[in-house]
Amino acid sequence: MNKTIEEHSKAASVFLEDAERAKWHDETLWFVRAKRDKAAHTLPEWEGLREAASKIKEHTLSKLDDYLLEFEAKAQANGITVHWADDAEEHNKIITHIIKKHNAKSVVKSKSMLTEECQLNHYLRDRNISVVDTDLGEYIVQLREEQPSHIVLPAIHLKKEDVSDTFYKHLQTEKGNKDEVYLTRAARTVLRNKFITADVAITGVNFAIAETGGIVICTNEGNADLGVHANKVHIACMGFEKIIPKAEHLSVFLRLLARSATGQPITTYSSHFHRPKEGQEMHIVIVNNGRTAQLGREEFRSSLKCIRCAACFNTCPVYRRSGGHSYHNSVAGPIGSILAPNLDMRKNADLPFASTLCGSCTNVCPVKINIHEQLWSWRQILMKEGYGGAAKKASMQAMAAVFSNSTVFKMSGKMGRKFMSWIPGLVNNKFNPWYKQRDMPEPPKESFNEWYRKNRKA
Amino acid sequence: MSSREKILADIKRNKPAEVAIPSFEFTATTYDNVVTKYMETLLGIGGNCNVVKDLTEVNKILSTLVKDQEVVIGISELGGYNASEYAFKDAAALEGVDTVVIEGNYAVAENASIWIPEKNMVNRMLPFICQHLIIVVNESDVVSNMHEAYARIKVDEDGYGAFIAGPFKTADIEQSLVIGAHGPLSLNVFIISADK
Repeated sequence: MNKTIEEHSKAASVFLEDAERAKWHDETLWFVRAKRDKAAHTLPEWEGLREAASKIKEHTLSKLDDYLLEFEAKAQANGITVHWADDAEEHNKIITHIIKKHNAKSVVKSKSMLTEECQLNHYLRDRNISVVDTDLGEYIVQLREEQPSHIVLPAIHLKKEDVSDTFYKHLQTEKGNKDEVYLTRAARTVLRNKFITADVAITGVNFAIAETGGIVICTNEGNADLGVHANKVHIACMGFEKIIPKAEHLSVFLRLLARSATGQPITTYSSHFHRPKEGQEMHIVIVNNGRTAQLGREEFRSSLKCIRCAACFNTCPVYRRSGGHSYHNSVAGPIGSILAPNLDMRKNADLPFASTLCGSCTNVCPVKINIHEQLWSWRQILMKEGYGGAAKKASMQAMAAVFSNSTVFKMSGKMGRKFMSWIPGLVNNKFNPWYKQRDMPEPPKESFNEWYRKNRKA
Repeated sequence: MSSREKILADIKRNKPAEVAIPSFEFTATTYDNVVTKYMETLLGIGGNCNVVKDLTEVNKILSTLVKDQEVVIGISELGGYNASEYAFKDAAALEGVDTVVIEGNYAVAENASIWIPEKNMVNRMLPFICQHLIIVVNESDVVSNMHEAYARIKVDEDGYGAFIAGPFKTADIEQSLVIGAHGPLSLNVFIISADK
C-alpha cells in the first residue's frame, strides 16, 4: 500500500531528471499564471465575479435534479436527444451505439476531459472506429499515443523538437523543421481534411443552460465548430455538474473562464448550440461516473463547481515541477488531486499528498473551491483508511510523540541543532528528500524558547 | 431502474440544502469610449478594425481587398450579395471559400468578441471554413461588457450562435502563438460610424 503514496513523487523525480526541460515547464506555466493575474487585475469587479460564480454553482448544486430535468425537457423540445449514463462504460456504449446506427467509421472529437475520463478513444478503437482529436495539442499527444498532461494546454510537456519529430514521423513534414507556423500549417491541412471526411463529431460541453436547453462550447481553434458543422451527427458529452440555471449566468462564467485559464479576455469562440441544423442529429450524454458520490461528501462536494480553467495547475509549485503525467489521472493538478480519489481511492491515494498545501490554488480558483483544504481533508481520510503506508504512519506517530511532550520536544530540538552543526552530512545527503535541489539551512544556535527566556530575563 | 432515474434519485438524496439564487453584487466595468476600447482589445488578440462611414465605404475597401478569390457576401445591403447560394452547401463544397463577409449583432469592448446568430452566417460552416473573415457591426451596437451583451441577445433565438473574438489561434506548440490553427487566418472588423 505504501507503493501508491510514492507514485506521484517517483514519477515527478523522473520528470525532474531533464533539469532544463523541467525548468522550462515551470517557467512557462508561471508565465501563464502571470498572464492570468494581469487579466484579472484589469477588472476591479474580479472578486465580485468570483463570488457570483461560486454562488451560482452552489445554488445549482442544491437544485441539481430540478435543473437537469428542466434542461432535459428544453433540450428535447429543441430537437436534441438526451441520454443518461451512470458510469464510463455506459457512456461509451451509448456513443458506440449512435455511431454504429449511422454505420459510421470515422469520428472527429474536440476537447473533452470527460471522454478522457471514460477512456472513450480506446473503447472506440477496439471497435474499429477511428477517432481523431482535433484540438492541436490533443492531436499531437494522440499521435504520440500519450495522454494530455494539462486540461487546457494538452501538449505543454513537449518541446518544438518533439512536435517536429512527431509530425515528421506521422505527417511526413521536413525532418528537423521546428518552425511553429510550418508545423501548425501542416496539422491544419491534415485536420481540415479530417473535418470534411468524418461521419460523426463528438464534443465536450463547457456550460449547459437549464433555462434554454442548449450548450456552450469554448475553444480557441474553432475545432469544435468545424467538426460539428461539417458532420451529420453531433454527440456532446457532459458531466452533470456542467449545468447552469440561466443564460445570463454565462456572462459571469465567460468573463472568468479564459482570463483564469490563459489570461485571454475570452476564448476565440464561445459557441451556443441550441438546435441541430437541418438534416443533422444532435445528442447530449449526461454522465454521472461517481459524481453523485462526490455530491454526497460534504467536505468535497464543492469540487463539482469546477469549470476546468486549470488556473490551479499553472499556479501550483508541485504541478509546475512534476508535470501532468505524474498525476496518472485525466485531470491532473490540484483539482485533479481532489477529484481522483473520489473515482478510485486506492489508485489515487498518492495525489492529495502531491501538494505543499500553500493555498495558491484556492486563491486563483474562479469559482472559489477551497482546493487546498480539500487536499488536507483527503489526507485525513486516506491515512485513516490505511493508505498512508507504514513509513509515513511511523514517522507521523514519532512526530506526534515528540510534539505532545515538551521535555522530549526541547531535547530533540537541541540534539537536532547540535548534530546539524557537528555533522552536516547527516542531513545534507541524498537520503534526505528535503536536500534534493536545495541546501539545508544553517541550524540556529538556540531555539525560540531559549531566546525568549534569555531576553525576557533581560 | 433506468440510469436516468438512478442518477436523479442519487442527486436528490445527496445534494446539499437549498441555497438561494444569487443576485450580482458587483458593478461591471464600463468604458466611456467603447469603440476605442473595442479596437484596442481586438488589436491585442490579433484582429484588425476600421471605423467607416457607411456600407458604401465597406464596398469600396472590399473591391480593393479581394481579387480572383471566392468571396461570400452575407449582407444583403452590400453589393454582390451571394450568401443564399451557399446556404445548403456542405463542407467539401465550401473548402475553397477565401473570404466571408457577415454582419455582427453586438460587439463587446472588454474582450473584442462579436455575437453572430445563425441567420447572419447563412450557413453555420461559413465563418469557420473560410480563410479570411470580415465582420461588419454598427457603432451603436458596441457594448462595454458581457453582461450588457447577454441582456441584449436571446441565445436560443436561432439554433446556433457564437461570440467570435479574433482569428483562430493556437499556442499548443511550445506556447508559441500561431494565428490560424484550423480556420480563418485573419479577422477584419468594420464598425459603421453612428455620425452621419
